[in-house]
Amino acid sequence: MNNFIFDVLTDGPLYESTFRLAAILAFAAAGEWVAERAGTINISIEAMLLGGHFGAAIAFTASQNFGVAIVVGGLAGMAIAALQAWLSHFLTADQFGIGLTLNILLLGLAAFLQPSFDLNTRLAGVLSIPLLSQIPLVGPALFGQRWPMYLIYGLVPLSWWLVARTNWGLEVRAVGEDPQSADVSGIHVNARRRQAILYAGLLSGIGGAVYLFGQVGRFESSNIGGKGIIAIAAVIFGGWTLRGAVAGCLLFGYVDALRLNLPTILGYSLNSQLLASLPFLATVIVMMLFAKLTRQPVALARPFVRGLK
Amino acid sequence: MSVFWHSALRRPKFGRDQQELALLYLACLAFSLLLAMLLIHLSGSSWTRAVNALVDGAFQNPGRWGETLRRTAPLLVVATGSVVATRAGIINIGQEGQLLIGAMGGAFILTLVQPGSPLMLLLGLAVGGTAGAAWAGIAGALWYWRRVPIVLSTLLLVYLSSQIAAYTLTRGELLLNVVPGEPNRLLLSAKVAPESRLGIVQIFGNRFPLSVPVALATALVFGWVLARTTWGFRLKALGLNPRTAQRAGIPGVRYGMSAILVSGATAGLAGSMMLAGGESQYKFSSGFASNVGWDGLLVALVARNSPLVAIPVALVFAALRSGSTFLSVAGIEAVLVDVVRGLLVVALFIPPAISELRRKRRAAAQLTERT
Repeated sequence: MNNFIFDVLTDGPLYESTFRLAAILAFAAAGEWVAERAGTINISIEAMLLGGHFGAAIAFTASQNFGVAIVVGGLAGMAIAALQAWLSHFLTADQFGIGLTLNILLLGLAAFLQPSFDLNTRLAGVLSIPLLSQIPLVGPALFGQRWPMYLIYGLVPLSWWLVARTNWGLEVRAVGEDPQSADVSGIHVNARRRQAILYAGLLSGIGGAVYLFGQVGRFESSNIGGKGIIAIAAVIFGGWTLRGAVAGCLLFGYVDALRLNLPTILGYSLNSQLLASLPFLATVIVMMLFAKLTRQPVALARPFVRGLK
Repeated sequence: MSVFWHSALRRPKFGRDQQELALLYLACLAFSLLLAMLLIHLSGSSWTRAVNALVDGAFQNPGRWGETLRRTAPLLVVATGSVVATRAGIINIGQEGQLLIGAMGGAFILTLVQPGSPLMLLLGLAVGGTAGAAWAGIAGALWYWRRVPIVLSTLLLVYLSSQIAAYTLTRGELLLNVVPGEPNRLLLSAKVAPESRLGIVQIFGNRFPLSVPVALATALVFGWVLARTTWGFRLKALGLNPRTAQRAGIPGVRYGMSAILVSGATAGLAGSMMLAGGESQYKFSSGFASNVGWDGLLVALVARNSPLVAIPVALVFAALRSGSTFLSVAGIEAVLVDVVRGLLVVALFIPPAISELRRKRRAAAQLTERT
């Protein structure tokens, strides 16, 4: 048993795999965190990731340029977010119904349209940061990745700064806590929520694109398969703080990496169903233990209609 | 009709709002179908062939409408349960998991007790319903005990349930059917005992299991219960305003819990009826739910929480499902159905929302005129 723990803790590829899996979750989770602080839950984060993934694949096939493809991926995520935002926070249709439908729609659309495009994508180049990537164990994982992965280092702090340090972020938080008061003080509640969802779409779209160029290299409509839901779980797991959400992403990424790597690299086997269900199990337990302590946005998942409580 | 006075059919005369709503529905449906046709055209297939294949597969070919009815049953049962929860103001979005757990619970009786008997069938369905209710009950208990939002817990429990189901299919002493001398790559349970299967109704060469009349009865009974009994009235009061309901002496915990248990039980019953009714050759697998739970929830949302309206909506959803099997034969990707269904649902969400928005704007305009 001691041997097992030692092997797991000193396995370099495991850390790299963890970081890669956690990064894709973190893109989506950082976006979803902003949206949830505004009081919305977007199950369609899954569709936004897939939209970014697919959009980036098409754009790269056409342009053979990673930068263009990542931008297009972000825009594709935003387009889906716009649909979700317009339907759920302009027309006030049920946000879960819309999210669910968009997930089904996008999965079907990507699978249906994929054969009509002759997709031709590849992985981006590895960019090792000198010195930092020499740190034993975690160095290659954190600083020896394919270059699109490094976007996460900019986008997570940006999300924090937007929410915690700007007027817009203050209004977003107000809208998520007490929409009635925010409305009375002149904040356009549903507009702020729509903008927060758009931001979530942008980040998830970029995340989907980065996943394509930083990790898988080839588009498959099944690539995203549940990552968006795990990102939502990470936000909840982190008690609606960004550092908590990132910690959740790292933990769930680690668990996923264990599930994928244990049998092949290390020759151990652990119950894969248990590992696959751990993100959800952990989140349910954390919510059960801390639901009364953590400050969930008060108006979370509650649609805002003026004059109604 | 007047029984369902709270539904979309509430206002007796076909007034301006209704005309507008009907027009909006028509326009949105036409637009979404046009979009679907365009997609099929762009992908290089002919949309007339696609439509023909769908209609053939859902109704026209021999035996197909029986297949469509068979698929309608679980959708309708799940949708009815969702309506009950929503009526009480509880957002249960975990039907997919509750259905899977229900089917798993049923499988423990239906596939393991050999030879079966009609009594075992009833027991299996009861266990399935109870398992679904218990799975939903976890979310309810977490809400009333620890204030964990039901939306989040039911969503997370879906993904937990699929792993539990997968686990029971890795163990021979649980549900896995170990065939001696063969590698167990398929991870399937044994077949439901022939004596424990649901009866098959045969009309004009169309065969469907008894789950169809059961589903219809469930929808009608709950439609009546919600509209005409004290329980239904109190659930509605709770859903409209929990604080007022409490002031009026309605015990929120008990009624809320009963609503979520009923919605879980219906989903579980739907799952075990699918198993006993011949879904995936009477064998349980970890992918058994195959989105029926999600679809049932969408049926309830599209039907705007009326069990009566859910009946035709479930039929349309089921027709798309049974029609899809003919698409691939016609050389068109069967996932097209997912696209069509997605577009259709979005199209059906929009009209009531727009109509509501316009009604409010008109009311606000009237208010400013008066002041």
